[in-house]
Amino acid sequence: MNKLFTISPSPHIHSGDSVNKIMYGVILALAPAFAWSVMMFGLDSVRVTLVAVAACMVFELLIQKFILNVKPQIADGSAALTGVLLAFNVPASIPSWMLIVGALVAIGIAKMPYGGLGNNPFNPALVGRVFMLISFPVQMTSWPAIGTSGVDAVTTATPLAILKEGVKNGQPVVEIFKNLPTNMDLFLGNMSGSLGEISVAALLIGGIFMLVRKIITWHIPVSVLVSAVVFSGIFWLIDPAKNADPIFHLMTGGLILGAFFMATDMVTSPMNAKAQLIFGAGIGVLTILIRVWGAYPEGVSFAILIMNALVPLFNRFVKPKRFGEVKTQTIKG
Amino acid sequence: MLKSFQIGGVHPAENKLSAQKAIEVLPLPKTVFIPVGQHIGAPAESIVQKGDQVKVGQLIAKSSGFVSANIHSSVSGKVTKVETGPDTSGYPKKGVYIDVEDDVWDEKIDRSPELNAEITLDATAILAKIQDAGIVGLGGATFPTHVKLVPPKGMKADVLLINGVECEPYLTSDHRMMLEHTEELIVGVQLLMKALNVNRAAIGIENNKRDAISKIIKTAYRHTNISVVPLKVKYPQGGEKQLIKAVTGREIASGALPISVGAVVTNIATTFAVYEAVQKNKPLFERVVTVTGKSLANPSNFKVRIGTSIGELINAAGGLPENCGKIINGGPMMGKAVTNTEIPVTKGTSGIVMMPETEAKRGETMPCIRCSRCVSVCPMGLEPFLLMTVSEKQIWDRAEYERVMDCIECGSCSYTCPANRPLLDYIRLGKGKVGALIRTRKN
Repeated sequence: MNKLFTISPSPHIHSGDSVNKIMYGVILALAPAFAWSVMMFGLDSVRVTLVAVAACMVFELLIQKFILNVKPQIADGSAALTGVLLAFNVPASIPSWMLIVGALVAIGIAKMPYGGLGNNPFNPALVGRVFMLISFPVQMTSWPAIGTSGVDAVTTATPLAILKEGVKNGQPVVEIFKNLPTNMDLFLGNMSGSLGEISVAALLIGGIFMLVRKIITWHIPVSVLVSAVVFSGIFWLIDPAKNADPIFHLMTGGLILGAFFMATDMVTSPMNAKAQLIFGAGIGVLTILIRVWGAYPEGVSFAILIMNALVPLFNRFVKPKRFGEVKTQTIKG
Repeated sequence: MLKSFQIGGVHPAENKLSAQKAIEVLPLPKTVFIPVGQHIGAPAESIVQKGDQVKVGQLIAKSSGFVSANIHSSVSGKVTKVETGPDTSGYPKKGVYIDVEDDVWDEKIDRSPELNAEITLDATAILAKIQDAGIVGLGGATFPTHVKLVPPKGMKADVLLINGVECEPYLTSDHRMMLEHTEELIVGVQLLMKALNVNRAAIGIENNKRDAISKIIKTAYRHTNISVVPLKVKYPQGGEKQLIKAVTGREIASGALPISVGAVVTNIATTFAVYEAVQKNKPLFERVVTVTGKSLANPSNFKVRIGTSIGELINAAGGLPENCGKIINGGPMMGKAVTNTEIPVTKGTSGIVMMPETEAKRGETMPCIRCSRCVSVCPMGLEPFLLMTVSEKQIWDRAEYERVMDCIECGSCSYTCPANRPLLDYIRLGKGKVGALIRTRKN
């Protein structure tokens, strides 16, 4: 018998899971929200998403090929996912060139300089988005009204912006709410906002898909949402005239998108269940703090980026429950 | 809700291809190579020489220390040489070569098939028989059983656990044993209880072997002190610490032995060997081995004489498949890949698994995407990604602080890693280095 056999240490079998499957699984989970955005904002949604995905992939390819001189790895799906998430966090009316700038920041500044996939401390899509928000404040905060697109687009404000403006002008919340969509409209997505964030229902379908396929675990989304509801509920109970109810906070301004798709970004979230729960709770609390007291009507992006910065600390000091962390109980004989 | 351990765990495809195949006796080989070191601890010292005539069951190598075990001839015939031969590790190991002539058994062995359920010996005599018979843990760890059954000073066992989990994919030898030798196993359990001086035993069996669970319950119902505990199917439930946690809820402290929580665990095949040694005077010289693989013509469970080459088993199961790319001694999660088919079956050989070429090689390693799947599947609550990194960077004190020594090498981390990272390979490296450092500190 002269056949050569493979020798390798155990284990000799593998689950079959892969980085590509995870990345494309997340992209697939974003499909319902994308479909909804096309219904609401028309072809602009397609344009924005395609430009963002293409720009992210091209920038990553160029950087890997000409600056890092490594074998391009853009087929792993991570750059494409960053593109989709960037697109989902901007108004559908955003000019393409601004989006390309955002993609360059996301890939060229937030991801590749740290060593590429797996090494970036901050969520690249969110860094790109915040850069655009600061650089192009007008275009990044004028949202097309739902059902309009292209040259006919009518700009409008998001529910959170209307709320913030009203509270600033001293209007009671009950009055402001008369101009806002109903809870059912918020849930389905009959409101204005960033391209992919508006439909709670479509995002939940994707979120549940990821939970069922075990792409993500429940810890981060549940802790983000619960802490946001509890914390906004406290404000609401103290002064319902000045603060919106928790349900409103839950369904507006990308909290669902953030909780299921941005905060759960594996690279930039903590690496055990206990730390993930604290991380998620921090995002929920910071989001509400920014919304209630901050200058911006919307706070999810900032909250996630701030908590991203704390992840190394979590990984260093919050350890998983070890087996055998018990006192030795000896049975005397 | 079925019982199980709480932290981590995975559920690989079970692939128990040979579960419905009754145990067959493999025809005698022409020659055997019986290594003298088939157990953890000091190898036995051979007491036969070239030209000696031996019988089946005759002592050919003597236990040489506190942790060591006797080795008996598995065949009758002539010793042709005593020298090194092939081993799973790849390093040649010393052993006894015997040319088989007839099948003459030592007269002391009771070869009748009748059940002998009458326990006449006391604890000391049972222990002596177990020690004489050279019984070691047949689940694969091969720790000498007589050592395990005598708790260290100041410690006492209060429960005996029988490991009928067989959580490794593909393997079915314990499953068949539970179905075909139920009565003998129950006697074996009673013998072990008597030797240990405990009045309670529990047999943990995963719920994918319902036929075995009901068969044992039916057979053991008269013995109120023996219980059967069905367990949720989850790897690595057969790990000693995980099994004790699953069945009794007791958690062994980091670095401690099972006896610290009053438990002693033996596996099914070992329990059967204890029955044969004590009730039938039969030393451990044969065992049941599962020979299996997706492309194998006839996956089987064979009763094999120790020292038979694995090539004989593979031929009996339909021959080496054309597309075989890897042969594993043991299960696919913790077994060892072997280089050739000359390797002998030893006491620790629970199965031979053949993997097709398509599954033999690992996938391409990608960067860690920090998905934390390795952390969530680790049954010891460790952080494999971190242990790999500190081992790779040779930061041994940090590896020790992060409890690298707690790793049971179950492989759940590498199995689950979507980036195909060699987590366990590096953790083993870290364990080796840290273990050596700890030993030098003690000296």
